[in-house]
Amino acid sequence: MEGHARPRRRGLLVTAATLALAVAPLTACGSDGSEASGKLNVWVYQDGSTRIQKEAVERFNKTSKVKVVLNEIPADGYQDKVRTGMGSSNAPDVFFNWGGGSIRDYVTSGKLLDLTPTFDSDSALKSAFLQSVLDAGKIDGKYYGVPMRGTQPVILFYNKDLFAQNNVEPPTSWEDMLKLVDLFKAKGVTPFSLAGANSWTELMWVEYLLDRFGGVEVFDKIASGDSAAWGDPAMLKTAQAIKQLVDRGAFGKKFGSVSYTAGGASTLFAKGKTAMHLMGSWEYATQLTDDPEFAKSKLGWATFPSVPGGKGDPTAIVGNPTNFWSINASTKNKDAAIEFVKTAMEDEYIQAMVDNGDVPTTANTADLLAKSPNPEFAKAEFDMVQKASSFTLSWDQNLSASVATPMLTEIQKLFNGQITPEKFVESLKALK
Amino acid sequence: MTKSTDQSRRTGPSVGRPGVAWALPGVLYFAFFAVLPMILVAYLSFTEWNGLGTPEFVGTDNWERLFSDSLMGQSLWLAFLLTVLTWVVQTPLALLIGVWSAGYQRNRALLSAIFFLPLLLSSVAISLLWRTLIDPNFGLPAQIGGWLGIDNIDLIGQSDTALYTLVFVATWQFVPLHSLLYQGGARQIPQSLYDAASIDGAGKLRQFFHITLPQLRNTITTSSILMVVGALTFFDTVLIMTQGGPGTDTTITPYLMYQTGFKSYEMGYGSTIAFVLVIMATAASLVLVKMTGFGAMRSTREGM
Repeated sequence: MEGHARPRRRGLLVTAATLALAVAPLTACGSDGSEASGKLNVWVYQDGSTRIQKEAVERFNKTSKVKVVLNEIPADGYQDKVRTGMGSSNAPDVFFNWGGGSIRDYVTSGKLLDLTPTFDSDSALKSAFLQSVLDAGKIDGKYYGVPMRGTQPVILFYNKDLFAQNNVEPPTSWEDMLKLVDLFKAKGVTPFSLAGANSWTELMWVEYLLDRFGGVEVFDKIASGDSAAWGDPAMLKTAQAIKQLVDRGAFGKKFGSVSYTAGGASTLFAKGKTAMHLMGSWEYATQLTDDPEFAKSKLGWATFPSVPGGKGDPTAIVGNPTNFWSINASTKNKDAAIEFVKTAMEDEYIQAMVDNGDVPTTANTADLLAKSPNPEFAKAEFDMVQKASSFTLSWDQNLSASVATPMLTEIQKLFNGQITPEKFVESLKALK
Repeated sequence: MTKSTDQSRRTGPSVGRPGVAWALPGVLYFAFFAVLPMILVAYLSFTEWNGLGTPEFVGTDNWERLFSDSLMGQSLWLAFLLTVLTWVVQTPLALLIGVWSAGYQRNRALLSAIFFLPLLLSSVAISLLWRTLIDPNFGLPAQIGGWLGIDNIDLIGQSDTALYTLVFVATWQFVPLHSLLYQGGARQIPQSLYDAASIDGAGKLRQFFHITLPQLRNTITTSSILMVVGALTFFDTVLIMTQGGPGTDTTITPYLMYQTGFKSYEMGYGSTIAFVLVIMATAASLVLVKMTGFGAMRSTREGM
């Protein structure tokens, strides 16, 4: 739930630290007014990649007259905090976001600086990033964000050992998938890890299946505000496919209280209790922290399979194209803010991201990835993104919160077998 | 002389009685932190507001939506169920433990001290603790289930057990508080009553039903009001343990309010739900006070 922020977890330690620090930003951003003292208040989502922003701030502050104050906001509740902040007089000047629906309300109420002129006047800035990723941050044809984090597609991870033992390959079609489900079930291994307590992990299944059945257009229509598009036949097929998987035991019986943020789903996967895990690319980093042995020798990755009669392109991916810096329209230091967000295209910044195991979304990424600590995975991930015919932003970030929240609840009910696929589609159509 | 003493006796009490000014800090505090927010919530319930910009007045839209919202109806039913279950489970437990721990025996004092420990823990810690303990894959059920041959004990992930699990955790957390109230209440009962009863030949059981229970009437009321109002505003445990799930099976009204306001950013409609809660909690405590005659503050020691 939690309108979900797609945490890029570095494991439980980070979670604990996050909880411990939960109060810090509140006090940090409380009183220091950013205007008079020539300061820029920058809010960033706190996780394993935050130190890259920290270093960028240090470099920036060395030369700039206007000093940046970086506030690291704990992952849980990041969106709530920004929301409250933007509605108050303690708003950040620059803040981290997911583009799309996560900032649409701010754009509508005129709170964000239109960066289109900046991109138009600075060709170096515009050409520094992959066009598809830049476009993912567009709202009503205007740019409001500068990409500042790695790309995070949703990937079908699998346990190479278990697959080798049973002499099988990762699925490329729906039939493959069902066969694998039956096979692993018979062996006493739950086919897929699913964190049923965090409905955004279930959403990933819906996103991919709808894309494979109906193509990228169906959700594009929904995202543009056409709620009748929920009634597309592909949506019902998606729901039925999920019911089929659940009934067949693809996720086991106990997924209802498995949590991703508390580490449950990833642990079950690493311990070989489950064979596959559909998760954002951050799963690699999570495993690398929690179970390095597993990440290095047993963790395999594949794209989501195609479905029979599906209109979707099998290269299409879903997830978080990247994260963005956006600027508060009412900042007192507009020029400094623009200068600061441009640090995200500096070589040092990009290099730091690569060193951290992230896959940046800049045009020169491909050349840098050889130096990544996990070049094999990083290259596979970048390939996936570059070859993708489309990259759909996670629905819960893309849609407005008043639609996304009940949608997530309905998805959870569908997985729990509390509603039928038909009822599911009906409920979604009623969302406004 | 006699006259003046009479006078001083008559005016005496009023001299010691604090003036209205004494109530000022309390009243101000209450006004700023309870009355004012309530007025704001009442106002917001007639607006549409996403937390940014200015609330937009939409008349009674939110209130009309409230009556057609099936989720709201369900949440009220769940809140009611939770309240009743909480009371039914906690009251007898708390009463018995409270009365038992009122004895001055050393073992009772020691055990009570241990038993009251949950009182010192925060709701968040308690919820996290229990969530970890009953985790079907890593917690106790994974162990015990193996012995019993059941491999599917998913207490909070399944519709039929989730609410009862919440009731159980609430019981574990709040019974100590209510036991403490009953302990205090039971210690106030004059020993002479029991002495007289035993002379008349009343056994322990009769003493309990004819002396202890009636004497605890006011304590029962206090504890019940706390329980009912507490159950109506029960929130943090739900947030941490089930997040209203599975599906919406534990989405009680306070959680629905939070979800509407802070997940969907529909502050206006969220405020409408909040105001319903205010009305319900007030009504529930008024009814309880009225029903039990607590308002009259009649003494339990009349005639003694």
